Amino acid sequence: MRDNLILRVIAKALIPVILLYAFYVQFHGDFSPGGGFQAGVIFSTAILLYALVFGMDKAADVLSDRVLIALASGGVLLYAGVGVASLLLGGNYLDYNVLADDPVAGQHIGIILIELGVGMTVASTMLLIFFTFARRMVIR
Amino acid sequence: MALTIDIFLLLFLIATAIGILRTRHLFAMAMMFGLYSLLVASLFLLMDAPDVAFTEAAVGTGIATVLMLATLAATRRSSEKPRQRFSPSALIITLSTTALLFYGTLDLPNFGDPQAPLHTEMAGRFIEQGQQDTGVPNLVTAVLASYRGFDTLGEVTVVFTAGVGVLLLLKRRRKPVVRGKSHAR
Repeated sequence: MRDNLILRVIAKALIPVILLYAFYVQFHGDFSPGGGFQAGVIFSTAILLYALVFGMDKAADVLSDRVLIALASGGVLLYAGVGVASLLLGGNYLDYNVLADDPVAGQHIGIILIELGVGMTVASTMLLIFFTFARRMVIR
Repeated sequence: MALTIDIFLLLFLIATAIGILRTRHLFAMAMMFGLYSLLVASLFLLMDAPDVAFTEAAVGTGIATVLMLATLAATRRSSEKPRQRFSPSALIITLSTTALLFYGTLDLPNFGDPQAPLHTEMAGRFIEQGQQDTGVPNLVTAVLASYRGFDTLGEVTVVFTAGVGVLLLLKRRRKPVVRGKSHAR
């Protein structure tokens, strides 16, 4: 795959756009279709395309397993942490109203944070699963 | 117009499903699963559910196809020829299950029925109060992230658990662990 000039050029042009779109879907999910889950999958697609065209090793240089595992567990922790934070601030678990003085502002903060947690976990877990499968393929 | 597109998409869906059933070529099967997901995503879009269509297109067509191809490459690419024997008991079980499922759908409210409990109980409150409660224009996000935040936490945990499971099962350790003789009991 490494000598395939057309694939390499097209992939190089596409990957930044896909990444940008993933961030748009992530942070614009309150206003338009999308959210953390979709953004995470789109983000992982960009890295996946990179891994398929430029090779697994180069992709692993960008995002090593250690980083991916930290991101995957960090996302779940962030989500659950928002719940704990609202508990500590005197509300129910995952009740965002208490996160700020204004309930609506609190809802905004809560939703953006948990969507970020979802995005982190989904993107890194998809990549982890793919990398793990693909490494076995290389070894065989 | 929408009805025509619906019928065309559903016909293609059936054709793809039959194609998946009939082909014995696993690579072609994986690609047709991707096509199937894309058709389903188009149907969701026609039903005014862009959020679901988005997920179906990204996960079903993108990630799932690539994962299936990676699995095919990692395992041996062989498929058994199915036995062509006709089995009456299997036919009876399939037909009676189908009949039961259809019987079950009789109790469901009609598609799009405004009097269905789904539309009269919680949905109305979400639509009327969602904007004031959360300040988020996209109701799907408001429901998923705020009203049903607990469920979404569960979903994220499921995704995380799947990743942990794959890592535990398939990750190659640096050195194979061999029980030394000193530890033998």
